[in-house]
Amino acid sequence: MTEQEDDRLKKLLREALRPIGGGPEQDRDLWPELLHRLDERPAAAPWFDWALLAGLIGLAALFPTAIPVFLYYL
Amino acid sequence: MRKEASDVLDAFRQGDVDAFETLFRQHQRAVFGWIFRIVRNAATADELTVETFWRIYRAHARFEPSRGFEGWARRVATHAALDWMKSRRVEREQTTELLADPQSAIAMDAAFSAEIRQKTALAFGRLPPKLRIAAVLAVIEEQPQKDVADALGISVGAVKLRVYRALRMLRKDLERQGIRP
Repeated sequence: MTEQEDDRLKKLLREALRPIGGGPEQDRDLWPELLHRLDERPAAAPWFDWALLAGLIGLAALFPTAIPVFLYYL
Repeated sequence: MRKEASDVLDAFRQGDVDAFETLFRQHQRAVFGWIFRIVRNAATADELTVETFWRIYRAHARFEPSRGFEGWARRVATHAALDWMKSRRVEREQTTELLADPQSAIAMDAAFSAEIRQKTALAFGRLPPKLRIAAVLAVIEEQPQKDVADALGISVGAVKLRVYRALRMLRKDLERQGIRP
């Protein structure tokens, strides 16, 4: 891909997808929503999350070469 | 004034909610604006702004006042937006919002085909989120690569690589559809 082709594609992309720039003004007061969220008790991780984590650790121990591949897809 | 700002940052680091509210009110618009550039939907940007500040508050003890709040907030916001992009298939709805509005399109180039525009937007929506977010910020929004790198927590070289890969994948996708940009 030459630099010229690259520039043409970038131009096409900017013409297809409008730049937002400043965007709309944020006029809602989100503080009450945030306070409510902060007051919520953190949800306990369900058992299958722990099982998945244990599985991943086991898999990494058995197949350490798969770790970079796994990280790539994260 | 400087001392006051530094006091607020120190108090926030200790978990002081009043200091956190002060920081929230100072930075919420900038955080919202940054997220809106990425997700391009005001309701989602609102939701992710709350998510960002929630993450920020939960991590208050890890905050380093010497490194400043703005850059840290932007990085947390970028990761919140990236997680959101990964967690759902946004292509269809996002690309509809991404499309340039007809008025500006006419003004830009009368001969520019609406079909090519739409296909480009859809192809862009199919890119992996990590590449898409780098391309949105660096190519479409033309943000300085240093800012994009800081926001993503990667090097400038890695931003360039992601943009290069995004453009290469986009070109291949368009060529498969018979479009040679």
